[in-house]
Amino acid sequence: MATVEKTDVDMVTLEIDGESVSVPAGSMIIEASDQIGIDIPRFCYHRKLSIAANCRMCLVDVEKAPKPLPACATPVADGMKVFTESRRAVDAQRGVMEFLLINHPLDCPICDQGGECELQDLAMGYGRSVSRFTERKRVVKDKNLGSLVATDMTRCIHCTRCVRFLEEIAGTSELGGIGRGEHTEISTFVERNINSELSGNIIDLCPVGALTNKPFRFSARPWEMRAKPCIGSHDNVGANLFHHVRGKQIMRCVPRDNERINECWLPDRDRYAHFGLASDERLTRPKVKIDGQWQDASWDEALAKARHILETTVSQDPAQLGILVSPRATTQEHHLLAKLTRGLGCDNIDHRLRVSDFSHPATGWGRMDMATAQWPTADAIFLIGSNIRHDQPILGHRVRTAWRQSGAQIMDLNPAAYDFHFDLTERLIDAPQRMVPVLAGVVQKVAKDQGLTLPDGFEAISPSTDHGEAIERVVATLKSADRGLIVLGDVALNHPQGGWLRTLAEWLAAATDVSMCALGGPANARGAHAAGAQPKTSGLHAKQMLTTPLSSYVIYDFEPSSDTANPQLAMDALKSASQVIAVSAFASDDLLAVADVLLPLASVPQTDGSYINVDGIRQDFEASVPPLGDARPGWKILRRLGADLRLDGFDFVDLADIDVSFDAACPDAQSEIQPPSVSEGEPASASSDLMRIGDVPMYHTDALTRRSKPLQDSDHALPPVVRVHPEAAQSLGLVEGQAVNVRQGEASATLPWSADDRIPKGAVWLASAHTEVSGLGDAYGPITVELAKS
Amino acid sequence: MSLEATTSAAEGQAVLLSEATRGRIDGWLARFPDTPEGRRSAIIQSLVAVQDQNGGWVSAELMDAVADYLDVPQVWVYEVANFYSMIETETVGRHSISICTNISCMLCGADQVVSHVENKLGIKMGETTPDGRIFLKVEEECVAACTGAPMMIVDGHYHENLTPEKIDEILDGLE
Repeated sequence: MATVEKTDVDMVTLEIDGESVSVPAGSMIIEASDQIGIDIPRFCYHRKLSIAANCRMCLVDVEKAPKPLPACATPVADGMKVFTESRRAVDAQRGVMEFLLINHPLDCPICDQGGECELQDLAMGYGRSVSRFTERKRVVKDKNLGSLVATDMTRCIHCTRCVRFLEEIAGTSELGGIGRGEHTEISTFVERNINSELSGNIIDLCPVGALTNKPFRFSARPWEMRAKPCIGSHDNVGANLFHHVRGKQIMRCVPRDNERINECWLPDRDRYAHFGLASDERLTRPKVKIDGQWQDASWDEALAKARHILETTVSQDPAQLGILVSPRATTQEHHLLAKLTRGLGCDNIDHRLRVSDFSHPATGWGRMDMATAQWPTADAIFLIGSNIRHDQPILGHRVRTAWRQSGAQIMDLNPAAYDFHFDLTERLIDAPQRMVPVLAGVVQKVAKDQGLTLPDGFEAISPSTDHGEAIERVVATLKSADRGLIVLGDVALNHPQGGWLRTLAEWLAAATDVSMCALGGPANARGAHAAGAQPKTSGLHAKQMLTTPLSSYVIYDFEPSSDTANPQLAMDALKSASQVIAVSAFASDDLLAVADVLLPLASVPQTDGSYINVDGIRQDFEASVPPLGDARPGWKILRRLGADLRLDGFDFVDLADIDVSFDAACPDAQSEIQPPSVSEGEPASASSDLMRIGDVPMYHTDALTRRSKPLQDSDHALPPVVRVHPEAAQSLGLVEGQAVNVRQGEASATLPWSADDRIPKGAVWLASAHTEVSGLGDAYGPITVELAKS
Repeated sequence: MSLEATTSAAEGQAVLLSEATRGRIDGWLARFPDTPEGRRSAIIQSLVAVQDQNGGWVSAELMDAVADYLDVPQVWVYEVANFYSMIETETVGRHSISICTNISCMLCGADQVVSHVENKLGIKMGETTPDGRIFLKVEEECVAACTGAPMMIVDGHYHENLTPEKIDEILDGLE
């Protein structure tokens, strides 16, 4: 593992309130005082943001200085004597507080920030009990920033933390200080939504009640809620967070500091997903289908039916059973499900639901040569098939930090010119079917330059002749990098030639001596791998299970029409199966259509369990709230099912008992990863067909996010639009403003389209996981587009 | 913006800038490093150039045009346009008059100058005459012409040692 080299820095010793402290030269007084736990009041200072020094609340008394100095913007000096509680310091702080309160409304009783407000807290210590101010206070019109952040701009004290966050961390610069003096307002100026994928963090940063959590508004007071530590379950980072719970309901979600994983930030997806728990579609009772009609059942009845299905299938042919499990399930659930599958003499189990090429030996399993916390030290990053900003917002932030702080040169090979919050020095944008040839072009260039022979089998791919100069520059950048990094993202994972992309990238990383990070599957995919939730010997993988329909399936915690690589294929296979057992938190239409038994599942955050994140960090968590109705945590359902089937290893009492076996089953990730080998995947076709780019939109990753109203009301969840390159649209004869008909095999849909020059000519953009496209085929497969007949 | 979210409102707005304006902006761009922060430094003068092109004021669309042309976030341009009193963000008259009311001018009778102009034109400070001829800027601070107090600026030209007769002559001379 790479480590950051520690260089010797000059240390400076100073005295704060009589206490001696040593800090690196160039630090500010406030950093030194924070280090030894001396609290200096502040509003605008934040350790992750640039120094603005505009609130003046942190004024302190420094020996020999003619006037109080702001602790956040005064560098330390040897022998400096700082007094934070001297008469002069406290007078200055009280003076600043009086000015801050001049225009701040006295509406604490109706303010959502009440009880957790930095201004309220400090006003207790530094404010006057009676105001001397008799003039009128100013009033500022509220802004509409979208469905996630509420505003009460009259309360704003212009600390500009939100402005600096959006400019520096989020990279979107959506807010600014408009106007001057008393007329200054924090605003977007022209009314528009804030669209950063990290926008919710400005709520936490705001020291007053100017920016608050919109869907949480007026629903609870901080002192009524308990903070339950949990983790984000919507990408493989596992951002640390707290659910604030009142009674049995999660009221809101805030970040929990973990410098290794999410620093102090939380993506909006993790923050607002829990609102999906309020969905009407929640499954609260077991259901069985009798003569085509759904009927509520007791757990005993439903489990008896499930057991019957499993037993009859296995007694005829164990290979006719298919177990498909969501990567969002906990490692314990994956472990139990794997044990159940193998106990029944079957090996057909898989969690790689969106993958369409399984040829690489480590398909779906991440390989991380460089821990994500170290990414900011990289000096060159080559993103292959990754919209990292949306797929793993925290990792996108890491890449941005590398660009911003280390001046990293960032390049990408992608099927669309994704909008990133960092500059790219080189972009290789080409249609999905040409990504492998383009990467092969990079590989060939490296081999030629360094006189290397390519491994046998590589000749199956004819390298692309396009992008010649760009490829040369990519190669030059990678070779000259000291701390280079190749990142394979979700597009590369789910790509129809994903095995080739990974193999070529592995060869490239080894040849140019850079680190390789293949991000692996979503959510807890790494835990699923560790627990053995994929075929080990003769079993079928997810795609095989659906291509040749089996007689029975278990579908665990996902929606087949939205969470699979090819919804059309998945639904057809499930419909033709004789029996389907669905374990799910939601009774969605597709499950009601295909299943025969529905077992209500309490999934994260309603279950205890653990996840293994992309870095291999295991994180245990407890249920934030109890299950709804008769729903039960997955491990309890599986324990009962396993015991009913008289299988070994299901006689444990609680979750900790599973851990013993699970740890034993968890191999060292590094040793499992195969060396680069030529995959048996289909050779890259130079097909001239139009290919679909079916990325999963940021707020459609799983059943919970798709039901979160605040997320679905945001601009990132707008209904799907077919995006076509303007020239391609012309040759297809599309007419502006008229809908188009898209067709994949038998399936078709009529949708609006728009011209978009970020899409390469051989492809059309049509996102997956929307209900409008749930009947279509492969996310990255051939598609035809024609003008809809009106 | 993402592929799902709406595209940036500034995209393509640079077409609103005239050749002459682009030339002036390019001249300023050449004086700063070609980084986002460097281009940010050119915002003030870019807005002045756009204001000249647009008859004395800058619309939100033109601010977007500047952001697009300079390739900087829109809000950076909004901030500058709304901070400096020399940039007008609403429609104004053809001629712009700023009367200094700072201390030297005040001592030499700036208040009488203001009331004379207001009475003559029938408008208050910050307003434009109904015929769109003259815009009276809100109180201007010291413009470093104390030796000629009281003074006012008409379309960028200083007029010093004002008397009622002199003011009438200047105002009547404006088209």
